Amino acid sequence: MSDKPKIAIYWCSSCGGCEEAVVDLNEAILDVVDAVDIVFWPVAMDFKYEDVRKLKDGELLASFINGGIRLSEQEEIVKLLREKSQLVFAFGSCAVMGGVPGLANMTDREGIFTRVYKEIESNDNPENRVPETETKLDGKYDLELPEFYDSVYPLDQIIPVDYYIPGCAPSPETITDAFTAILEGKLPEKGSVLSPTKSLCDTCPRKDSKPDKIEIERFVEPHRYDKLDDGRCFLEAGIICMGPATRGGCGERCINANMPCRGCYGPPNNVKDQGVRMMSALSSLIKTDEEKEIPKVIETLPDLIGPLYMYGLPSSILFRKKIK
Amino acid sequence: MTETGFEPNIIAFVCNWCSYGGADIAGSMRLKYPSNIKLIRVMCSGRVDPEFIMEAFRSGADGVMVLGCHPNDCHYIEGNYKALKRCNMLRPLLDQFNIEQDRLHLDWVSASEGEKFARVSREMNERITKLGPLNWEKAIGPIRSMEVPS
Repeated sequence: MSDKPKIAIYWCSSCGGCEEAVVDLNEAILDVVDAVDIVFWPVAMDFKYEDVRKLKDGELLASFINGGIRLSEQEEIVKLLREKSQLVFAFGSCAVMGGVPGLANMTDREGIFTRVYKEIESNDNPENRVPETETKLDGKYDLELPEFYDSVYPLDQIIPVDYYIPGCAPSPETITDAFTAILEGKLPEKGSVLSPTKSLCDTCPRKDSKPDKIEIERFVEPHRYDKLDDGRCFLEAGIICMGPATRGGCGERCINANMPCRGCYGPPNNVKDQGVRMMSALSSLIKTDEEKEIPKVIETLPDLIGPLYMYGLPSSILFRKKIK
Repeated sequence: MTETGFEPNIIAFVCNWCSYGGADIAGSMRLKYPSNIKLIRVMCSGRVDPEFIMEAFRSGADGVMVLGCHPNDCHYIEGNYKALKRCNMLRPLLDQFNIEQDRLHLDWVSASEGEKFARVSREMNERITKLGPLNWEKAIGPIRSMEVPS
């Protein structure tokens, strides 16, 4: 084994897009592989949990963990990786904030199991069975499954996290900047998010079209708006664009594809709750000052959690919906 | 304290220029209002960041009041309109989190309206007592949090 620094890449409750983002570095990934040894990466390489257990504490220079925590197995492995790693990076929106799977915090284990295993029309489950942590088969085999938690947790609610690499998925620039900072020893203060601190609006290609004062008379959902490609500020048209409450650094990929920002890079520094911060900004753009008219404008928004917390529900102040 | 033994925990954000004055007058007029309403003086109702309200609910408040100057009377011209729009939008959001909309109340109390301050406080206390405890952290299970490693 060479004496190159060792790293691990692990996935939890995520879609695999973050792994793909690493592969999407294209030829730059060769530089990464030149500089480090990847000793654990379940998606791409055949290593077992046992191999990680055999490592010495702190033997890994860094672990890059994507996905939120939903299963006891994920909690166990990230705790193991924490012991073995000098640095832990929350990689991607799900690990940083919970991400899209975090919207499952609007229900709980029972709600999910009932829907997925009992109600779905195409199911064939006459005994109404749901996953259980222990199953006895033929009275002699003990089968074990990880526990499915009621909520999705961002990584830093389970283990201490040193750095955050946001994005769904992180852009190639964000990833290469992070790798470069690690290898050159130029990491900022611990706890930092490795992306610019200014909001997305600051670098938005549409910012010149933003009027001095935006006045919203009604909110519009993007799929009901046929001028998304007119190059003008989305908020001006009453479309929720998370730009004001979202950190830049993503390369404005959605805006360049004529879609409003959904907030995957998370809030800028010092903002705790991206959703209510955006709600606060949106409400101040409502044109009317009439007490009776304001609720009518707000009623044009059928759902608030979806657009405001697409990525950040588990890291919001309230964390989840109350079920009982 | 009611016969059920539940005394709600109510946080009231009151603006420096009007509503805090109203509360002051209520005191000097010796008006009775529930002692479980905890006042937090802010410079303007428009200063009440919705994060404060969320934080209050998470930290154990059963109800939150935001009291500001009457429309057109704001010391900072339009801060109370900001509060008005925010609270209107926050209510359906709280509803989606399964927090009853009545747990957030916005009202206008001028510096001379000691009577109104006491009434609004009593009514809020009654509403929340009827709704019962919110008990956020207990209701949603443990919220975990970790410190940044040094």
